Amino acid sequence: MSPTYLVRATKIAARKVAGEMVILDAEDSSLYVLNAVGTAVWEAADGATPISSVVEAICHEYDVDAETAARDVDAFVAGLVAHRVLRVVDQPAVDREGRS
Amino acid sequence: MQRVWDRALEEGIPLSVQFDLTYRCNERCVHCYLDHDDHGELTTAEVKDVLDQLAGAGTLFLIFSGGELLLRKDFFELLAYARQRGFDVKLKTNAILLGEREADRIRDLGVRQVQISIYSHRSEVHDAITKVPGSLQRSLAAIRFLRGRGLHVLIANVLMRQNAGDYPHVRRLAEEMGVECTIDPTITPKMDGDTSILDLRLSAPQMLRVFTDKSLAGDGFCVPPSGTVDEEMLDARPCSAGHTACYVSPYGDVFPCVQFPLATGNLRRQRFEDVWHRSPQMNDVRAIRMRDLPTCSSCAFMSSCTRCPGLAYMEGNMRGPSSADCEKSQIRAVGASAAVHS
Repeated sequence: MSPTYLVRATKIAARKVAGEMVILDAEDSSLYVLNAVGTAVWEAADGATPISSVVEAICHEYDVDAETAARDVDAFVAGLVAHRVLRVVDQPAVDREGRS
Repeated sequence: MQRVWDRALEEGIPLSVQFDLTYRCNERCVHCYLDHDDHGELTTAEVKDVLDQLAGAGTLFLIFSGGELLLRKDFFELLAYARQRGFDVKLKTNAILLGEREADRIRDLGVRQVQISIYSHRSEVHDAITKVPGSLQRSLAAIRFLRGRGLHVLIANVLMRQNAGDYPHVRRLAEEMGVECTIDPTITPKMDGDTSILDLRLSAPQMLRVFTDKSLAGDGFCVPPSGTVDEEMLDARPCSAGHTACYVSPYGDVFPCVQFPLATGNLRRQRFEDVWHRSPQMNDVRAIRMRDLPTCSSCAFMSSCTRCPGLAYMEGNMRGPSSADCEKSQIRAVGASAAVHS
C-alpha cells in the first residue's frame, strides 16, 4: 500500500497550550482541543511524514498494538478531514526541509 | 474554550496579545488616546522576532491594531508571518485604505475577524469624529469588500456625546450588511495622561438611556447591579490583564493591557519571557485579587461592576476604583431601580 500524508488546512490557527494542541478554524471559529495522541498526529501533519510513521510512533509511545493505533489514528484523521481541518494526500506536500 | 483559558491561567500563558504595529494614523478621531508620531517603530525583523517569542510563550490569539495598521508598508508581510507562525489573527482597522486587493489578501491569509470602527450611520457625524471627509463611505465600502469574500467583520461603535443617539441605526446598518456590532461607551485618557478627551464621555442621562435600552440586553456593560458578594468573588482576579493577556506597543513596550499603560519591559532590551514571568510590575499586577482592593471589595456594586484596573491605574492607583466605572455602576443602579418602579 502506498504511503499517505497529512496536510493542515491553511485557514487554521494552532498552538500547544499546556500540552494540548488547540486548533481554531478562521472560517467558522470552530475550536478543537486535541488529546496527547491527537496532538502527536497534528504535529506530524507536515505534509512530509507518512501516516504509517505516526502510527509507529504512537505504538512505541503508548504501548498499543499497531492495529489499535492505526484504527485510532484513522478515526481521528477522518474527524478532522470531515471538518476540513486536515487533508489526506498520497504524495508528500512538502519536502523534508519544509518547502512546499 | 473556557477550559483552554483556565489552563492558560494555571500555567501563566499569555494566550491573547494585542500588538499595535504603529501609532501612525490616517484619521484624527477626536476621542483617540494616542499621539500619531512615529517614535521609532519596531522594524520588520524586530516584529517577526517578537512574534517568534510570543509563539514560543504560547500565545494563540493575536490582535494586530494601531494606529492604522495598513499604513505599515510591511503589514501584509507581517500578517503572513503571523499566520505562518500559527496565530489566530484579528485585525482592528479604520479600513479606509482597504480596497478589493487588500480584502483578497486578508481572506487568503486566513484572518478570523476584522474589526472596523463606525461611529454613526450619518457621514456628517462619523466624518466629524474621524476628521476625514468621506471616511464613513470608505469604511463601509471596505466592509462590503470583506463581507463579499466571506470574512467576519465586527463593527465597533464607540459612544460619545456626539453620536450617543446613533447606535440603534449603526446596529441596524450592521444587520443589513450581515456583520456583528458592538457598542462601547469607554473613553480613556490619552497615553500621556491628558484627560481633556474625557469630556467626550456620555453624559449621565445619555448613559442611563443606553443602560436601560432593552434592545441591548445581554451586552456586558448593561448587566444590572447585584448585591451578592461571596468568597469566590473576593478571590477572583480583576481581569485577564497580566494573567493570560498583555499588550505590545509599536516600540516594543510591554503593558498588561492596551488600557493599562504600566511599563513592564521593552522587547528591544529584554526577552518577552523575561518580561512576562519576571517583571516586578507584571508580578505586582498579577498578585492583586478583588479582596485586595480597599474601596471596591466592600462596594455594594462589586459583583456587577465593570471596573477596569488600567483606568484605575491611570487615575493614580491600580488597587483603587476607576471612577468612570463607579459612575456606570451607579447609573445601572438608577436604571434598575426605575425599571422596578415602572
